[in-house]
Formats: sequence, C-alpha cells, structure tokens
Amino acid sequence: MAGTALRRRLTWQVAKVSAVTVETASVRTLTLEVPDWPGHQAGQHLDIRLTGEDGYVAERSYSIASAPGEPVAITVERLDDGEVSLYLTDELRTGDDLELRGPIGGYFVWEPGNGGPLLLLAGGSGIVPLRSVLRHRERAGSTVPVRLVYSSRTLNDVIYRAELDRPASGVEVIYTLTRSQPPGWSGYARRADAALLAEVAWPAAAMPLAYVCGPTSFVEAVSQALVQSGYPPERIKTERFGATGGT
Amino acid sequence: MEAVDGNAIGGLLTEVFGTEMTDAASVCGSCGAARLVAELAVYRPALGTVVRCRSCDSVLMVFVKIHDRTCVDLLGLATLG
Amino acid sequence: MSPVSRGFHRRRQDPAENAGRVPPGQYVTKDFPVLSAGPTPHTALDRWTFSIGRLGQQKTWSWAEFRALPTQKVTVDIHCVTKWSKLDTAWQGVSVDTLLEAAGHDGPFAMARCDGGYTTNVPVADLTGGKAWVAYAYDGQPLTAEHGGPARLLVPHLYFWKSAKWVRSLELRDTDDPGFWENYGYHIYGDPWREQRYAGD
Repeated sequence: MAGTALRRRLTWQVAKVSAVTVETASVRTLTLEVPDWPGHQAGQHLDIRLTGEDGYVAERSYSIASAPGEPVAITVERLDDGEVSLYLTDELRTGDDLELRGPIGGYFVWEPGNGGPLLLLAGGSGIVPLRSVLRHRERAGSTVPVRLVYSSRTLNDVIYRAELDRPASGVEVIYTLTRSQPPGWSGYARRADAALLAEVAWPAAAMPLAYVCGPTSFVEAVSQALVQSGYPPERIKTERFGATGGT
Repeated sequence: MEAVDGNAIGGLLTEVFGTEMTDAASVCGSCGAARLVAELAVYRPALGTVVRCRSCDSVLMVFVKIHDRTCVDLLGLATLG
Repeated sequence: MSPVSRGFHRRRQDPAENAGRVPPGQYVTKDFPVLSAGPTPHTALDRWTFSIGRLGQQKTWSWAEFRALPTQKVTVDIHCVTKWSKLDTAWQGVSVDTLLEAAGHDGPFAMARCDGGYTTNVPVADLTGGKAWVAYAYDGQPLTAEHGGPARLLVPHLYFWKSAKWVRSLELRDTDDPGFWENYGYHIYGDPWREQRYAGD
C-alpha cells in the first residue's frame, strides 16, 4: 500500500495548521490537517508553497517530522535571511491555510523491513526526518537497534530534546554540542569527526544501515568518515540540506 | 553556494517525470559514474536547477522554469531510471 | 492563482529614495547572494590566463601581465534576473576597451568562457565604451572565489547573469549564439530596464 502511495500524482492541496509547537527559540513544529493525505513513509518530505498578495510565490521543502499514521507535521527552523522560514515560524497561526504537496521521496526512507542496526546521524535540523524514523520504529514495534548521533550548536538548539532524552528501548542517543556546552557537560563537544564516529558508530562488521542528514558540509564529512571506517557506500543514505535549512 | 542532492528536487522530478525519481539509477554520460538520483549534486541558483555528476562535475540535467513551462535538458546523462 | 497565504509578503520593499535607480520588478538588497550553477573553481594564479579575440587569434595575458594593465575603480548598481538589485557596488578591474585595444577589435559578438564551463553571450557593443570590465577586486578586496575570483566579467547595464564569474576568455565571433542560461530560455540580451528576463520578453 505504501508503494502505491508513492506513485500517485503529486498535486498541490491546501492544508490547515492545527497546532504550532515551540521546539526551541528558533524552531517550530507545525501540525497539519491535510484533507487528501495518502499517508507517508518515515524520511519523506513535502513541498510548501506560499503566495503573496502581489502574486509572489515562494516554495520550500520540509522533512515530515511525524511517523506514518500520525498527523502530518513539519519542523521548521527560522533562518536569518529566510523569508519563508520566518513566515512559517513567526507569522503562521493555528487555523491558517498552508498549500503543500507530498509526500515526496523514495530514497531517504526507512521501513522496519530494511533492518539494521541503524546508525542515524543528524546535523542541526537534519534531525527532523530521523525523528520520523525513530517514531515509526517505535510505533511499528521494531526491535532494530539504533544509535543516533545528533550534532547541535548548543543544548538549547537540540530539537525534540524531551523525547530524545527518553528514547525507546533499543535506541541510544549521543549528542555532540559544537559551539558551547552547559556547565558540567560530560558529553561530546566537537564536530562529528572520524574519531568521534569510531567511538560511537556501529562497527562496519555489523552491516549497519546509516542515514545521514543535515547541512551539506556535515553530510560530506560524516559519510566520508563512515566509508573510511569500512561502511559500504550503498549502506549509507544521505540527505543534504542547503543554507535554507530545508531541502 | 553548496550543492544539495537529488532529494531536494524530489517534487520537481515527480512533476517532470510523472513518478518518484529520487531512487532511480543514473549513469553519467561523461565519466560513466553510476549513482541514484538522490545522490547527485544539485545546484539551485534560482535561475534554474543544475544537476551534476558527483565524480566529474559534468552537467547531467538542467531544469529551468519560465512562467508555466519547464525546460528539461537531460543530455548529460547516459541513462536514467 | 494559488490561494493567498495570509500575511506572507516578499522580504523587501523599495524605499522611495531609490526610485529611478531600480529597474522594474526589482527590489534592493544589502546582501550579496551567491548563486552558482556548479562547484566553485579554484584556479591558481600562476596557471590563470585571460584571452580575448577570435578563436585561433587570441591575445593572452598571464595573471602578472593582466595585473600590469591599466585598471579602473568603478561603483555601479547591479541587477539580478532573480529580482534583487544591489546599489553602489565597488569594483576594480581592467576595462574591456583596454583588452580589445591590445588584442585588435574584431567581431560583433562575444562569448564569455569560464572555469567550470559557464558561458554567456554579449554583443561587443555592450562590452565597449566604458560599459564592461574584467574585475578582480570587489569592495576594496581581492574578489573571493565564491563571487567569481580571481576575475569575473562585469557588465552592470545587463542582468547580472551576463557578468560571468571565473571568466577566462572573451571569444569574439560573428554570431550571437546563446550561452548557458540563454540556451534554456533566458533573454539573449538581458536589459533590466526593458525587463528582458526571458526569451520573448
């Protein structure tokens, strides 16, 4: 059934914002009521289209933050120069319309049948599709072991922190804070480099499946390190976010 | 500007090809490198979308949307799908 | 038209004081967006050359020779087809008039060729008479690679896609063949004051 959902026509439709959740100072999760939603897979995204009064149109892509079966939700980080992200985080309210199309993506997806062990690597807002994977895994009752390595600037920038601090059984979460750390922090405090990954990643011999998502520079550095540690390239799935935060 | 990857143009590709394409196979017409579309390098300078081979940087696909028309150039590919 | 998104508007408005300097459909920005169709080339200066002329008869300068040519400092407004305009941008470079004089003027049209493979076409009449430069400095500093350094073409009276980054040659020719973006539907000439964004405009 998921297969046919992927292949149907991709058309724009108008959804309604049903909730706005504050995740961090600059990040919001928008829960959406989508009248004609065919369902989605963990890891997929949707496209948003905004139209101004003067006809000005802006489009962006955002990863779906919720698991299949949960109400559709996207998580948006407000970017300094981002006219779309600023609108979505600061202007949009419950009850507003939002034009979207989706779900999109057949590559950066995970189903329990794909197996593991899973290595999830998130840089900044790259956590969004991986959180969908984690929630899907839990709802599906999967016991595939997971290690999530999540790189953020500071602890206050960690999205979904309450949830990730209490991970499901079989899930290990490893934070690394690259810009500043709270007093007494005993966790990692640098970019996810080869040495850090050597300590926390599943060994290549375990035949893990890796999903890497975040800014391009993060994804390139981490994937290269994994390949050098013996991960076959075809067991590493990557999704690079541009400077705009979403894809 | 940093490149993103084929995931970023999933919607555009579905629009153009009528089906999900990020998990489709591609072969570079210049160097023969084989990659899934999701793994190709994508540049979006607002004038259009340029998809390049990650191995040799050759242009594989170009999409330019002008008014309601999309111009599609796939000449850099040896094969797609 | 799609439903209007309540409260959504374009980021910038044109202040009245810029009226007359801003072509139709443009907004003024203080940023300098980096837009590129490919990876940033990095050409070592000891390998960089610039050439001008018809194929087979080009005059070529090394970086040292190029930097020994008379230069000009200019402050110009630039206009991108994606609707942003940036006012009072300061550049330093060699006038294309100087380059053509040294090479021997020939050919009604030019194709700019660049590291990374980018091309754009410009009539020679739009490169002469003090209208164009090969610029190597911006805002008092050497032009950064992401903005087209070591040197880029600067043709401010046309849309900025004509100001080709990483330029290595101006090939003079008899026909106005389309360059990279022109080939895909952007206007063959690109006058911002007549809003010539796309072919047929």
